[in-house]
Amino acid sequence: MSESAGQHLVKSYEQQLSRLHDKVVEMGGAVENQLVEAAAAVLEKDSEAAMRAVEADPGVDAIEREIEQMVIRLIALRQPLAVDLRQIVGALKISTDLERIGDYAANVAKRSIVLNQYNLPYSLAGLANMLMRVQDNLKLTIDAVGDNDAEKAVEVWRSDEMVDDIYNAIFRELITYMMEDPRNITPCTHLLFIAKNLERIGDHATNIAETLHYAVRGEIILGNRPKGDTSAYAVVRHKDGTTGTDQE
Amino acid sequence: MSIAPSIRMKIMTETGATTAAPVGVSVRSLNFFYGPNQALRNVSVDFRAKEATALIGPSGCGKSTLLRVLNRMYDLYPGQRAEGQVWIDGRDILAAGVDATGLRRHVGMVFQKPTPFPKSIYENVAFGIRLHEKLPRATLDERVQWALTRAALWDEVKDRLSASALGLSGGQQQRLCIARSIAVRPEVILLDEPTSALDPISTLKIEELIDELKEDFTIVIVTHNMQQAARCADRVAFFYLGELVEFATAEDLFTRPREKRTQEYVTGRFS
Repeated sequence: MSESAGQHLVKSYEQQLSRLHDKVVEMGGAVENQLVEAAAAVLEKDSEAAMRAVEADPGVDAIEREIEQMVIRLIALRQPLAVDLRQIVGALKISTDLERIGDYAANVAKRSIVLNQYNLPYSLAGLANMLMRVQDNLKLTIDAVGDNDAEKAVEVWRSDEMVDDIYNAIFRELITYMMEDPRNITPCTHLLFIAKNLERIGDHATNIAETLHYAVRGEIILGNRPKGDTSAYAVVRHKDGTTGTDQE
Repeated sequence: MSIAPSIRMKIMTETGATTAAPVGVSVRSLNFFYGPNQALRNVSVDFRAKEATALIGPSGCGKSTLLRVLNRMYDLYPGQRAEGQVWIDGRDILAAGVDATGLRRHVGMVFQKPTPFPKSIYENVAFGIRLHEKLPRATLDERVQWALTRAALWDEVKDRLSASALGLSGGQQQRLCIARSIAVRPEVILLDEPTSALDPISTLKIEELIDELKEDFTIVIVTHNMQQAARCADRVAFFYLGELVEFATAEDLFTRPREKRTQEYVTGRFS
């Protein structure tokens, strides 16, 4: 079924659906902004930006609750079917993913405040790259939601693999720093969590892309989901030449 | 139920069909005319046994016409004619020489408004049986009880079987009409908007009944209420301007219809 759909015969229903859509896009914008602030907090050591990202979180949560109420009301009062049903359920799922993304962005920001107290002797280029890609993906996702664009959703879905690759590289890099000097453990642990949070944001953006694709087309995106976080299997090399997993 | 091999081919393939139940009624290339006006256009569809199929579509789309063809109700009206085939139990019921009264023993029908006879509750059910079978009194009593029980009415009327059927509530009268239909043990039951004159609780009772009856019968229901079609039917056929636009499982048709016209109709965008 194509995405084109005419206007509802009942105008108030049309308006409610359109308000729901606008609300999801608004939430997407708020979350996107949280991530922008979090990125500035990490890369520019801007603690004020960090505070703004954290303080934005209750507002994002409030929009999520509002969306939930709108969805429950629409289902109860309109008994939606077909594309309407998919869009309404999709809005609920997308808002849940956005709320998680907001939480992760806030967590990145919080950790950056701690990090700013350290003088890091190594480059954050990998993390900067990851931040940029995750931000791009999130922006593309929110745009796709705004335009109900299933093609764009597929694009986001495909590009998450690259984020995972960068994450895996950062993981190994940080382990190396920690092995070199135990004083690196505290900042590197924070950096590791930051990278993990960004990786999770990427995954939630992928969820949103999948939900959007189903809402618009009525079809699940075909193919295996790009799944690239292999850090659970990462192997570190000890100085004596033996190897072991990071779990050890 | 044997179906002529020549019509085993599937003309309309449903999406998401699971196990293929045997076909109860097979409609092939059906055209129907009210005088010069064509009301059905080349409709081919299989109604499966032990399933409920809902026919939906805007007024004048041909869904009630199709129902009326399935038990040759149109025979009663001059100027109405059907072309094509409707296979039930290995016979083409549109063929010449098919006895319409005999056919209606195999294909029962329940209408929009309850139509009890101005007789006792017992007689309403026994009447149809007597038309087709000569049963000893005890067997007839058993059959009446069976039909009323299957129609989920027995407990409410068992102590007043000789009372007038007109004293029953609308919902009870409709269940009585269903009892009357199933009393002659048909293969197919046609329901033409059976709950549109009923309150929500009576409606749910009828829907529950449809769910139970489909264990034994092929059920075809015409409804204007899409939620009802979603609740009751295994498969749904959407008609528009005399054409079968889409035929799919209820789940597929109401969550991801393939045709734009279906989508517009079920979401209320139809103009």
